[in-house]
Amino acid sequence: MVHTRERSLLPTEEPLSLLRKDGSPVEDSPLTMPDDDVLLELHRRMVVGRRFDTQATALTKQGRLAVYPSSRGQEACEVGSVLAMRAEDWLFPTYRDSVALVTRGVDPAETLTLLQGGWHLGYDPYEHRVGPQCTPLATNTLHAVGFAHAARLKGEDTAALVLLGDGATSEGDTHEALNFAGVWRAPVVFLVQNNGYAISVPLSKQNAAPTLAHKGVGYGVPSVLVDGNDVAAVYAVVREALESGGPTLVEALTYRIEAHTNADDATRYRTSDEVAAWLDRDPVDRIEAYLTSRGLLDPARRSAVAAEAEEFAASVRDKMNVDRTYDPAALFEHVYATPTRHLREQAAALAEELA
Amino acid sequence: MTVSMGRALNQALADALSEDPGVLVFGEDVGPLGGVFRVTDGLTARFGESRVFDTPLAESGIVGTAIGMAMNGLRPVVEMQFDAFAYPAFEQITSHLAKMRNRTRGRVSLPVVIRVPYGGGIGGVEHHCDSSEAYYTHTPGLTVVTPGTPDDAYRLLRDSIASPDPVIFLEPKRRYWAKGELSGAAVPMDRALVRRTGRDVTLIAYGPMVATALETAEAAVEEGWDVEVVDLRSLSPFDDETVCASVRKTGRAVVVHEAAGFGGYGAEVVARVTERCFHHLHAPVLRVTGFDIPYPPPKLEEHHLPNVDRILDAVARLQWDDEVVGGYRA
Repeated sequence: MVHTRERSLLPTEEPLSLLRKDGSPVEDSPLTMPDDDVLLELHRRMVVGRRFDTQATALTKQGRLAVYPSSRGQEACEVGSVLAMRAEDWLFPTYRDSVALVTRGVDPAETLTLLQGGWHLGYDPYEHRVGPQCTPLATNTLHAVGFAHAARLKGEDTAALVLLGDGATSEGDTHEALNFAGVWRAPVVFLVQNNGYAISVPLSKQNAAPTLAHKGVGYGVPSVLVDGNDVAAVYAVVREALESGGPTLVEALTYRIEAHTNADDATRYRTSDEVAAWLDRDPVDRIEAYLTSRGLLDPARRSAVAAEAEEFAASVRDKMNVDRTYDPAALFEHVYATPTRHLREQAAALAEELA
Repeated sequence: MTVSMGRALNQALADALSEDPGVLVFGEDVGPLGGVFRVTDGLTARFGESRVFDTPLAESGIVGTAIGMAMNGLRPVVEMQFDAFAYPAFEQITSHLAKMRNRTRGRVSLPVVIRVPYGGGIGGVEHHCDSSEAYYTHTPGLTVVTPGTPDDAYRLLRDSIASPDPVIFLEPKRRYWAKGELSGAAVPMDRALVRRTGRDVTLIAYGPMVATALETAEAAVEEGWDVEVVDLRSLSPFDDETVCASVRKTGRAVVVHEAAGFGGYGAEVVARVTERCFHHLHAPVLRVTGFDIPYPPPKLEEHHLPNVDRILDAVARLQWDDEVVGGYRA
């Protein structure tokens, strides 16, 4: 069990982990090490996810994306949590979770539609069981709780995984969602990716509790603190939480290597020494070191994975370099199930203006 | 059958719960207590705790979880206990409930009904008497309706629950106890109704002011005015056709609502009527509304709320003689 103080719902003093910074295994971890094939898949998807992320940042420089919030450095959370999901589970992501989306199988072009400045959402939430990316913080927590509660009412074995950041834990909706989830015992996993900053505001100005995980306790929600750069640990914790049948708050300690977005200047609020220290805790290096030491990751597989990542990045470039056109008439669609007379009139007026 | 508006709403909820197993009713005190206005009386006993239930006291939580449930195929009908208590849910309503269909390009429908007892006239203390309709009607994606009679209360609530779009269902709390017949007749949800026909002037009202407008029309008979009363029913979308047909016929109109006038719903009605009926108008379209003040305490609310005298005064100012120069009475 992941709670050392089960009855108190409190997280452990130290973050749970399975792999140390250098990739050596933690001998006395209460977590179960995922199977070798799972570990290899986690590694592969992290490498591909990171390449996708750097490609997306590059696309902003070429004007192909309006903005991109990078998750570089957070791949253990993005990939570990999503691969821990079962097919029937639902993901409720934020704007920083594009890597989680592509890991879930959402087409990269559909994932980036919002950030490209096209429609606000490019994918079908029902196709991959992925809710819309949440831009105002924490509103998706309540959607996840409602969705999971409905699943239970319908007799379905579906759990929800909602992603949020450290800043979002200050929003009222997070607290209402934890409370509703606690009262309803809803099968929801709240994964807080604590990357240290809400844009520029450091955690010290966001929170006075010993950890963010402590916030679950007041709502009767079991809480877990995990090393967010240890993909094996994130996978193990999230999988167990999703299968628990009730709510869990998971705080994953990680770091956002890039600025908030390509439009942000992180040197105004943090030091390069701090970034360097976290680069030394790189989540991809860690799993690679472990797999290599186990003899599971030989040079051939490593280069095959790297080639796959390059191929994926190339396909993303190709898709995003296509100039898409948007029909102004579509502005009036899907405001209501059936367009109102009022909207039909406005659509006609715009069409006439453009004729 | 003669019933109160509260009873008609209760019947509509019960019938919807009976007919569709996906319908859920939840909110604060709506379970065993039956709601502070007893609109959900007896529903938990009849349909069980899993379908009609109390929630934590958190309005954003109520609407946010309703969104998640609707995404998962259910039809939540939630209650905000009082108008001003709905404000914590504003972000979930305006940024998510209203926009989900549009941002998902029609892939996600949110058939959620938010019932809001609104308006004053019941001696309610602070934060219990707001008329918040304009906040909702200003939000594309929301349907906003309000009944003025028990018959419409039943019909509009059934139609709202059946709607594929989110509906803000505003219940005029001072009319909960007013009685009327349930006709069983169908009227499209987005249409206004002429409650009383007349030749001289159109009173445009909705929700709590429909009865006041009808009283005014009776009082106006003594003054020699034949007053038509249009009950909007649907605030968004707005039924231009019915309203304009009436105003073109009478040539004069007064819009009545409890909410503050400045930037209020009545301003939209006046603009639409003026744009469409200008050459039929004999006088500017006037508004009788609450003052532009925070809702007053119970001992002063009678001065704030539109009443028969104030509406009659407005009717009297509609330039009935020809002594008008430059928009002012000579």
